[in-house]
Amino acid sequence: MIAGKLKAFGAFWYDFIIGDDWRVAVGVVLALAVTAAVSRANVSCWWIVPAAVALLLPGTVWRAARASRTRATGSSS
Amino acid sequence: MTVWALFASVFLACAVEAVEATTIVLAAGTARDWRSALIGLSSAVVVLAVAVVALGPAIGALPIQALRLFVGGFLLVFGLQWLRKAILRAGGYKALHNEDEIFRKQLAAARAAATQSVGIVPDWYAFTLSFKGVLLEGLEVVFIVLTFGTNDGNVPVAGIAAGAAIILVASAGALLRAPLARVPENAMKFAVGTLLTSFGTFWGAEGAGAQWPGSDAALLAIIPLTALLAVGLVAALRFEHRRSSTLAARGPAERSEALR
Repeated sequence: MIAGKLKAFGAFWYDFIIGDDWRVAVGVVLALAVTAAVSRANVSCWWIVPAAVALLLPGTVWRAARASRTRATGSSS
Repeated sequence: MTVWALFASVFLACAVEAVEATTIVLAAGTARDWRSALIGLSSAVVVLAVAVVALGPAIGALPIQALRLFVGGFLLVFGLQWLRKAILRAGGYKALHNEDEIFRKQLAAARAAATQSVGIVPDWYAFTLSFKGVLLEGLEVVFIVLTFGTNDGNVPVAGIAAGAAIILVASAGALLRAPLARVPENAMKFAVGTLLTSFGTFWGAEGAGAQWPGSDAALLAIIPLTALLAVGLVAALRFEHRRSSTLAARGPAERSEALR
């Protein structure tokens, strides 16, 4: 009973913060970590997060569109 | 960020959440019991107020650099989720958010459920439907107000913007007693996703130690470029959607010929 509630609580926060594609959250954390590491070397690093967004957004959209097409093909066949 | 930019960003984001919460409360009240739905709404508001009182000072106590990294990271993940859904909807890969349709489904589910009275709540189903809906959408409002407000050092303006959006949407819902289907919710979600992603990019990178060229003026480039990327992805999805629909309409032989 308690385990089930804890699981539901965890699932709610996972869905709220991480959402449908965990790779996006991992990508964002990596991009921020790389920015923090590069900034310590006094090298220009403002472009890292925008570059990550330019890769992550098409990636996640493409994966979702492909999954949607696969579902549509599966249901029509 | 100027006060007006902060106000507009928070107002837009909170209006979208308020439209969704209003639809749920209206469904609970119309199909079941208004008193229970309103007790659910009030209870959720109390829980949200407690969350603001508990979280607000904790967030405000963080050093500004750590705050921007933490909040920027969350906003970026959150914004990319919104934008992804908005792009898929606009590209034809996900059903458009239709408040009329959602309202009808909620009504049907609410009418089918059994009535149970608990304490001062005459109808427990209407209470929980309303409570959960307002709490979930309200959590996003709290998150947006605290992150935008604290980062910009102006929580009161963020709070006023959220309050104005909620009062406007709730009043319209109460007057019409119908879901706000005419609100261009999908376009608003697209705009909010773009803003959350842009501010998340700006604050997250700054919190991680980056120096933006032009300081705050960099946002004037980040926001249009994020919007351009999103619009480009919508165009690519629409093209791909049309192509696969055309191929699906053809016979198998023509399809393999076209794919060659």
